[in-house]
Amino acid sequence: MKKKRIVLTFPPNLIDQPIAYHLIKDYDLMVNILRGTITPREQGRLLVELSGKRGDVDKGMAYLTGLGIEVQPLAQDIKWHEKKCTHCTACIPICPSSALALDREKMLVSFDKDKCIACELCIPVCPYKAVEIQF
Amino acid sequence: MAKTIKEINERIKQGKAVVVTAEEVIELVEKKGVKKASQEVDVVTTGTFGPMCSSGCYFNLGHSKPRIKIGGGIAYLNGVPAYTGFAAVDLFLGATALPDGDPRNSVFPGEFRYGGGHVIEDLVSGKDIQLVSTAYGTDCYPRKELETWINIRDLNEALLFNPRNCYQNYNVAVNLSDKVIYTYMGVLQPRLANATYSSAGQLSPLLNDPYYKTIGIGTRIFLGGGIGYVVWNGTQHNPGVKRGENGVPKSPAGTLAVMGDLKQMSPEWLKGASFTGYGVTLTVGIGIPIPVLNEEILNYTAVKDEEIWTQVVDYSQSYPQVHAGSLGEVNYKQLKSGSITVDGKRVPTGGFSSYAKAKVIASTLKEWILKGRFFLTEPVSPLQSVDAGVTFKLLHERPLPKSQHP
Repeated sequence: MKKKRIVLTFPPNLIDQPIAYHLIKDYDLMVNILRGTITPREQGRLLVELSGKRGDVDKGMAYLTGLGIEVQPLAQDIKWHEKKCTHCTACIPICPSSALALDREKMLVSFDKDKCIACELCIPVCPYKAVEIQF
Repeated sequence: MAKTIKEINERIKQGKAVVVTAEEVIELVEKKGVKKASQEVDVVTTGTFGPMCSSGCYFNLGHSKPRIKIGGGIAYLNGVPAYTGFAAVDLFLGATALPDGDPRNSVFPGEFRYGGGHVIEDLVSGKDIQLVSTAYGTDCYPRKELETWINIRDLNEALLFNPRNCYQNYNVAVNLSDKVIYTYMGVLQPRLANATYSSAGQLSPLLNDPYYKTIGIGTRIFLGGGIGYVVWNGTQHNPGVKRGENGVPKSPAGTLAVMGDLKQMSPEWLKGASFTGYGVTLTVGIGIPIPVLNEEILNYTAVKDEEIWTQVVDYSQSYPQVHAGSLGEVNYKQLKSGSITVDGKRVPTGGFSSYAKAKVIASTLKEWILKGRFFLTEPVSPLQSVDAGVTFKLLHERPLPKSQHP
């Protein structure tokens, strides 16, 4: 079983294609759509989590690339500026995936990119703009 | 046996002083008891690092050629308006000031990306700051416009002066309404879905000296990474609130006005902060040494998170409408555990005062004292305490007739 969080950027000509259907039907993948934006006639962005057999995930990704969809790992678009973080812990109850976590012994905040689902709930909560998400 | 501050300073000079942080003293007292610990320890260091809106700085720019009287004129620092109502080239910049063009909450909730607190951080960082000023011109100060870069190293004086910092305890904020609210206690989710707090608890300066028996006017402190002083009680100083048996106030109580040389300070301990939907502010680092003059003082410093209680307040109605009433009492151990129980409901908690940074401040101050770089001061005058009869007044409004509006 393999799990991958990726950001897909669709060129305008592919915005109306049933891509998720093909990933599920043809590649036997679980497609968990976490976020999406479509700018009419420009481009579409989709944050998805693909899970399935290792070979299937790779084949599904090759299918996406073959169509002309840009595939990027999610982590590229997310930054946690550790120096800006004051470890105030305001973000901790807000983060739904525990990407932002607190060591309660030391009261130090940490950030795990791989757990982040780019929901951006932490953005208005952090007074120091320590998390930056470009989606 | 009682000690004096003079004796403690002598021990600091000789490199013999025993200094522990307000966290370390807890364990020490548990191990050795109050009596033994009070004999051994000379100083307990405290710390806090949280957003403190009543903060600002003033400075003297130096005179331009020809001279300009900015006093009574207009001045902007990186687009943020500064107060000019002093002499020719003295300016005051407050932490919550916003550029005239900031959209504020016109698109709700506003982001408040840059304001006075951020200018102070940039200034302390040694960055060049844009000064744009206009004046009316006089015979002795003929110039009417000035646009220039300034830098903290070129200013004659630059002082941090904060009329209210270091709150002794603070409310826990929740939201009982059906919509998200944006407050100075952060984003509060509807129907009691989260709670926020803002105190360093057992490390917080005034919680370790609940009756202000050692901290007073003239106390030398760690301020923003440099050395500062307590110059008065802070505004809204309210020592008369309900206290526990240990003397610790159960709601916001004492406050401090502090001051220090901004040129010594560091952006690590003075940080601009943006509160969505609320505004900008400055997060300030303060550390205060408590001289262990006797057993009683040491006993106060050994206070633990679970012995410091505070009130849960609804910020959707109670706070804005000034309705008295608490939804319950919780302690800082509970708050730091990640959740509290309010109305039978488990509510996740988040803070605004950084305990981790407070610890660094208390340790830094400890190091300074151990290295003989920092000596304690005798207060010039005590702060008003519980017996001073201080009352915390609301504004008594006396509306003006329409014609008298300026």
